Amino acid sequence: MTEPLLSVRDLVIEFPTRRGVLRAIDGVSFDIAPGEVLGMVGESGAGKSLTGAAIIGLLEPPGRIVSGEIKLKGERIDHLSPAAMRKIRGRRIGMVFQDPLTSLNPLYTVAKQLIETIRTHMNVSDAEARKRAVALLDRVGIPAADRRIDDYPHQFSGGMRQRVVIALALCAEPELVIADEPTTALDVSVQSQIIDLLKEICAEKGASVMLITHDMGVIAETADRVAVLYSGRIAEVGPVASVISEAEHPYTRGLMGSIPTLTHDSDRLVQIPGSMPRLNAIPPGCAFNPRCTQAFDRCRVERPFPIDRPGDRRVACWLYDEQEATHG
Amino acid sequence: MLAYLIRRIVQSAIVMLVVALVAFALFRYVGDPINAMVSQETTLEDRAALRDLLGLNDPFLVQFGRFIGNAVQGEFGMSYRLQQPVMELILQRLPATLELALVSGLAAFVLGVSAGVYTALNPRGGISTGIMTVSLIGVSLPTFLIGVLLIWLFAVELQWLPSFGRGETVTLPGGWVTGFLTPTGRISLILPAITLGLYQMTLIMRLVRAEMLEVLRTDYVKFARARGLSNRAVHFGHALKNTLVPVITITGLQLGSIIAFAIITETVFQWPGVGALFINSVRAVDVPVMAAYLVLIALIFVIINLIVDLLYYAVDPRLRVERGGARH
Repeated sequence: MTEPLLSVRDLVIEFPTRRGVLRAIDGVSFDIAPGEVLGMVGESGAGKSLTGAAIIGLLEPPGRIVSGEIKLKGERIDHLSPAAMRKIRGRRIGMVFQDPLTSLNPLYTVAKQLIETIRTHMNVSDAEARKRAVALLDRVGIPAADRRIDDYPHQFSGGMRQRVVIALALCAEPELVIADEPTTALDVSVQSQIIDLLKEICAEKGASVMLITHDMGVIAETADRVAVLYSGRIAEVGPVASVISEAEHPYTRGLMGSIPTLTHDSDRLVQIPGSMPRLNAIPPGCAFNPRCTQAFDRCRVERPFPIDRPGDRRVACWLYDEQEATHG
Repeated sequence: MLAYLIRRIVQSAIVMLVVALVAFALFRYVGDPINAMVSQETTLEDRAALRDLLGLNDPFLVQFGRFIGNAVQGEFGMSYRLQQPVMELILQRLPATLELALVSGLAAFVLGVSAGVYTALNPRGGISTGIMTVSLIGVSLPTFLIGVLLIWLFAVELQWLPSFGRGETVTLPGGWVTGFLTPTGRISLILPAITLGLYQMTLIMRLVRAEMLEVLRTDYVKFARARGLSNRAVHFGHALKNTLVPVITITGLQLGSIIAFAIITETVFQWPGVGALFINSVRAVDVPVMAAYLVLIALIFVIINLIVDLLYYAVDPRLRVERGGARH
């Protein structure tokens, strides 16, 4: 296997609070290969966005990385000085936020924001930066880009604004793009356009994508591999086709059961009983055990480690431990 | 833009009309103008004749119309106390008040915004805590007490600065009497300007700090950071401009109050401005001066408000709604 572009190992993020330390991310590990689209799914509060923020170095205090490491092309980036991290942000790792209505500064034209970003990372003249900006806007599908570039954000619709945001995230040609729920705030009718655009343009520029979402449908259409997050831990990682068709972790199976399909004729969608535990009340053993229909004694005392499975998959569940297979 | 301007001007005219009505009612019905003009020996017949001559028996609307007509031409009658045209009295003293207000307003704005930005960017620093503590004193101490304390410290104990008056003044062509051009004039400005501006400064500072902290949490600031822009560009390019939108309004209104409420400071420092004139007129029930002062202050407020609205328009592109609505 080639060297991964991004490699996260045993990442732990904690928030010190007055009532003790909350561990929001607990031992998360995953890789993203060059050019790959990794989907990251999970419920609200599972730690998806937090992981993204940690990678790009924008964790908000008091949150902090307690242990683990984040490597970009083999080079650690989790403990860089603010100045060194700034050179990576935008230039090597781009980020697309959830809400295009609030991601753009309302008081500046699109041209000013694009040119400013291009000139921060590339040694080009104002005119050259503007030329690039227009080309980029054209590429992300803004009609009459040479004219619209001088408009203010409020003169664009939501979908168009998200295209501008994508152009901004990609204007210094980063190797990795972290897209944090890029379509959640958009109309359903433009969601797939934006996802297709993001995928297309990243493929064109050879950038990898970390796609954070709670929408399994989006993952199914877009991602190469998928990581399922639960309570700040990775439940399952694997190629998207096999994880969707034969989910191994009971939580992933529950997630899949909750997607409505047109082909299956069922009256009710399956739902997972209960809700994700709060950070200060994560049960011992497997975090999912109180909601799991297949939990047994070991799940309640011992935390499952990620078990390698055939087909380049990993699952953190005792059901797949060989010891259980032989004993049970 | 033109329609907006015209609408605002019409609104301002209505406000001025209402203020003029109050001023007129004050002028006409607080005490009897005839009593103020004639001596005690005047016979009742002579009084009635004078009343007729001055048109005081005319219908209310006719009298009010005449008052407005005169006011528009700057004609507010004679001061009962000083037997001079009211407008002449006010114009003589206006430069002193305007110079004082300008210096303290400018100082309050510059220092307030700088201190506000500093405390927002370093919320936990020792200097910030110090500034916030001092600002608490600034907002809570009454103006006259600050003035008296400053006089005691700098004029009585240290004897560095004069405690009253404007110092030497120079009359510019056009009749503007300025204190800016002489050393004693400038030195005399210091204590009154601090007294008048301290409250405004702390108010602006606290406002800027609160707004800036708010803006620093917005998505577009996060997105600007995620694009790798320098702290300087993020703080002063993206955050500060957005912070200043609401600050402009408050500062404009405060400038109005600085002029209007210079009364106290002018009294404490025996500053020969319109505020002191007003106080002396109140003592002598010099109604024409009071009425004219009321109209003048209202006019200043209305003009400042108009300027603030236009500034808003210049700073915030979202207000410049194009004909035909936003494009998509």
